[in-house]
Amino acid sequence: MSAIKEMVMAKAITAALRDELAADEKTLLIGEDIGALGGVFRVTEGLQAEFGTHRVIDSPLAESGIVGTSIGMAMRGYRPVAEIQFDGFVFPAFNQITTQLAKMHNRTDGRVKVPVTIRLPYGGHIGSIEHHSESPEALFAHTAGLRIVAPSNPQDAYWMTRQAIVSDDPVIILEPKRRYWLKGKVDLENPAPDAFRAQVIREGTDATIATYGPLVPVALAAAEAARAEDRSIEVVDIRSISPLDDETIARSAAKTQRLIVAHEAPTFGGIGGEIAARVAERAHHRLLSPVLRVGGFHMPYPPSSQEHRYLPDIDRMLEAVDRSFSYQRSA
Amino acid sequence: MQPEEVQPVQLLTPEGKLAENEVYSPFIAELGAEQLRELYRYMAMERRLDAEATSLQRQGQLALWAPALGQEAAQVGTIAAIKPSDMVFPTYREHAMALYRGISPEELLTMFRATRHTGWDPRKHNFHIYTLVLAAQTLHAAGWAMGINQDLRLGSLSRDRAEDEIVVACIGDGATSQGDAHESMVFAASYELPLLYFIQNNHWAISVPTRTQSRSPLVNRATGYGFEGVRVDGNDVLASYAVAAKLSAEIRAGAGPKLIESVTYRMGAHTTADDPTKYRSSEEEQLWKGRDPIARYQTWLRAAGHADEGFFAEVDAEYKDLAADMRRSVLAMESIDLERVFDTVYSEPHRQVETEKAWLKDYEAGFAEEQTEAGTAG
Repeated sequence: MSAIKEMVMAKAITAALRDELAADEKTLLIGEDIGALGGVFRVTEGLQAEFGTHRVIDSPLAESGIVGTSIGMAMRGYRPVAEIQFDGFVFPAFNQITTQLAKMHNRTDGRVKVPVTIRLPYGGHIGSIEHHSESPEALFAHTAGLRIVAPSNPQDAYWMTRQAIVSDDPVIILEPKRRYWLKGKVDLENPAPDAFRAQVIREGTDATIATYGPLVPVALAAAEAARAEDRSIEVVDIRSISPLDDETIARSAAKTQRLIVAHEAPTFGGIGGEIAARVAERAHHRLLSPVLRVGGFHMPYPPSSQEHRYLPDIDRMLEAVDRSFSYQRSA
Repeated sequence: MQPEEVQPVQLLTPEGKLAENEVYSPFIAELGAEQLRELYRYMAMERRLDAEATSLQRQGQLALWAPALGQEAAQVGTIAAIKPSDMVFPTYREHAMALYRGISPEELLTMFRATRHTGWDPRKHNFHIYTLVLAAQTLHAAGWAMGINQDLRLGSLSRDRAEDEIVVACIGDGATSQGDAHESMVFAASYELPLLYFIQNNHWAISVPTRTQSRSPLVNRATGYGFEGVRVDGNDVLASYAVAAKLSAEIRAGAGPKLIESVTYRMGAHTTADDPTKYRSSEEEQLWKGRDPIARYQTWLRAAGHADEGFFAEVDAEYKDLAADMRRSVLAMESIDLERVFDTVYSEPHRQVETEKAWLKDYEAGFAEEQTEAGTAG
């Protein structure tokens, strides 16, 4: 029987959670509505019935409590996987994540490990109301002690979730909720590459678009559209935001000599700026134009009736590609 | 509405006289003279350490000190009543409890000298590191207690750990205003956790009095969460012991969480960074001086014939040595190496940490070369 299955991203995550729950009795799930309901996105559907209320724990409605108790359980040797229902509701737990979870290993001089995984459905384009579409990755990436990954396809979603759970470090998985229903093949036997490495997912010669999570399919579509104008675009799926695989991104940029970084989060103070600086340090002399950023604006996430103008789309990516080509080196 | 007064449990009056209590006196009856002297010993040790640490801070040898002066009975009585296998999640002021768990003065002062973030191994002493972010540790305590329930379900409590393990979450009166304290108590009640909340109400959250945290005695909060709370005279080591012994036994028997409000008084400053004369009256301080936990216990030990002058002289001499040793060890403390700080940010390798660590090494090696060259030239 083949171990390769076609599934949507949400169900790939369900499968990963099921496999880790089955593999290690110390793995637990905790979060609001994750039991009987199976989570608001049904990612944990069926798991409580299969593993019991003690392994798949419906928590009180308290995000700081979910993360704080996960830390306590992890200190005692458990591997809690905490679900925060939506990106905008991670902030009540921000204190526990940044002052406690991120620092515990360091504060105890390496004596206490806190292998907590936080699942965070994130990003926009689902037409919801405020606090349901945000991209807070830069706030967490700036905090040493946390690992942050963002899968963009079912294969990565399955393996990154498993790799996050078995990691001894705290990991935040940014689950691009608008891609939960994206279908793809998942090889249940052969792992995806290291969760903490970037991957070139489309070869090209003229420019690179580097992005992660929800915008990866957008970048691929933009690259396809650019082909009509005889431009060959390489696409890098960044995958891991902390650690950041700046080598792979810089190598691609040095090869194509033009780099565009895209994310849904606001560009100001964002991951794109960090990548631009790092690539400039590594490959400045190889670039024909500055690293350009495509992202959200410096505003709170707008009412979703306006999100089509706020979120980067194919056209915004192509505009950036055009802009990149418009730079001329002065003599 | 007037806040309801709740009389704290008291077994020893401020004058050092024993008061009978039908419920709690039997717990004291089980203590032998040696154990009673032991309680005194730890209270006296903490007071000596506190005085010495305060003076070390004044001399610039400690970055900060948070005195526990006046809270010795509350802490020693409570920790003596639980088992060494019970995990304690302290605030940053549980010095007497830490000493009781075998943490040395040197280990205790490491953080305050800022040579390391912590000086002890939490698992060795079943005593978590100090937490400065208020009430954060109450959620870790709840999570640890959830882990105990998981262990019991799995049958995986190891042989060297008692099956009836409980957890103690320490918290101050000020920190009860933090959201995490509330969330912890909700989780504890919901999952019937084996968790004892130990609130030391020392009357002041830096300059803010307890009445700003709560218009009703803090003990009343327990009822709101659906569990029992007991108010105890925290300056009475015998009552502190008896109340903690009774409640912890009930938690072990499966009663779920309980709460102690230990009414005590911070006789010193919040930390060496503040000045209590700016926010409280000397009348108040004098009133509490008359309720000193050590003086009252000493009076009773002597009157009851549990300790003689020889014992008190011996304790004094011992702590004089402790003070001298402590001073020596503080001055000799070696700082953690920044390389080691790099190495513990993550458990597993992390690209950015490794790059920055390597960069610093090269950068500093450059200075070393310059010095060598300068040395050769000279």
